[in-house]
Amino acid sequence: MSPPVEFWQLLAGVLAVLIFASLIAGILSRRAGPDGADPVIENLVARIRSWWAMVALLTLAMVFGRAGVVGLFALLSFAALREFLTLTAKSRGDHYALVGAFFVVLPMQYYLIWIDWYGLYSIFIPVYAFLFLPIVAVLRGNVENFLTRVSETQWALMICVFAASHVPALLSLRIPGFEGKSILLIAFLVVVVQGSDVLQYVFGKLFGRRKIAPVLSPSKTWEGFLGGVLSASLLGAALWWMTPFAPWQAFVIALLIAVMGFFGGLVMSAIKRDKGVKDWGHLIAGHGGFVDRLDSVVFSAPIFFHVVRYFWPPV
Amino acid sequence: MASFFAGVLAALIEFLARIITAVRAIWDGVGPIQAQRIYFANHTSNGDFVLIWTVLPPSLRRRTRPVAAADYWLSSGLKRFVGREVFDAVLIERDPTHRQTDPVSQMAAALDGGSSLILFPEGTRNTGEEHLLPFKTGLYHLARHRPAVDLVPVWIENLNRVMPKGEVIPIPLLCTVRFGEAMRLSDGETRDDFLARCRAALLILSEKGPVT
Repeated sequence: MSPPVEFWQLLAGVLAVLIFASLIAGILSRRAGPDGADPVIENLVARIRSWWAMVALLTLAMVFGRAGVVGLFALLSFAALREFLTLTAKSRGDHYALVGAFFVVLPMQYYLIWIDWYGLYSIFIPVYAFLFLPIVAVLRGNVENFLTRVSETQWALMICVFAASHVPALLSLRIPGFEGKSILLIAFLVVVVQGSDVLQYVFGKLFGRRKIAPVLSPSKTWEGFLGGVLSASLLGAALWWMTPFAPWQAFVIALLIAVMGFFGGLVMSAIKRDKGVKDWGHLIAGHGGFVDRLDSVVFSAPIFFHVVRYFWPPV
Repeated sequence: MASFFAGVLAALIEFLARIITAVRAIWDGVGPIQAQRIYFANHTSNGDFVLIWTVLPPSLRRRTRPVAAADYWLSSGLKRFVGREVFDAVLIERDPTHRQTDPVSQMAAALDGGSSLILFPEGTRNTGEEHLLPFKTGLYHLARHRPAVDLVPVWIENLNRVMPKGEVIPIPLLCTVRFGEAMRLSDGETRDDFLARCRAALLILSEKGPVT
């Protein structure tokens, strides 16, 4: 299953944007001078560099089709879960439950996605993992902070594995008239949600005045939110040709994705504040950790999945 | 042949360490430069020196030898091979009644051979609630015998949660290895003062916060 022609057209557009961004960043760093180390510009350069790597990785995965995408998101889930549990896992009593989360639940969820068993992958974590992991934990006999520990692990799995796995699950939507092109749904979701993040950042940096949630995230502003979300929705509408949607439908769906993505970022920010850290990890230069980059995707992917599945029922 | 297998095993161990812990070095006082050092670290897991070894640049890694317990590392053929050929460990006898050579002179000899050392001055794995156990005196004696070698405190964060004592399967969590400022034995400093100062340096590193 090699990607359809629309995929390559979209990629050409993304590469053009990246080249443009790299040029702008180059000009900005030159203007800052050799020793004018402006941290904002340095971070921008690092971010754009990481974007090149992320686009390359995602493209590679998509060229390998289903196996590539399922495999990539399984690895992303692993990296995200590793970051999430670093902030929560504290008790030795959870050791077996966490081993189960990493080495049983995560592979199982992606196996179910791989074999396309919708009836089980859509409930496996919220029903089975939810009930069995606390049983594993309770057998260790440690009751200290039990509910907190169980809920944190459950949440980690919902966010890092269950929600994230809805990205490759999009491949299983066989929409009439859109056969063999479902990879474009992933491309649409990723471009809109990450585009929204980037555009919020750009609008925020250029016009940001009024903070939208000063307690949660000092960098998020009303100007960034409105400018970013609206322009990302327009971007989504402009990409209607690669989707099964009409332009106005693409706009509404992109708006939904972008708003969910924004709130995803806000919720994950609240968790970071609560745990007293600035970033989830350090592995993506300029961005922080995997969860920092995925927070908006995981909040929008299941909603996007179900909206498409409901209104464009698969055959 | 043996060195080929040692190379393969070394690569495998480093790969696993990075997959499981995504370990990150924070050079917070000294840099990763070619200099003879005694790295002394907290000890909560058998994987401790593996993490330090993993974050050292390859050129430093080749010249850095962990100091480890002979009774553990000679207890099976595979451990013996890994301990000797992969990590080139300085194997010391912990039980004084079985000793044929003195651990401090073994370590001093390794320093004289140009190597750096990784040392766990708590002497044994800390598996309790205590943040950091009292230090054994070996670090002081080594510093007294080789006063011109820098001692670098190293705090390993989180590895005890990755693999608590008695567990077989590790859980993947992010770990950091923080290297502090180099120190040396001062003139006329007593044993207890010196060990307290070293221990305090390690504790200060531990409070600088974990991941970000």
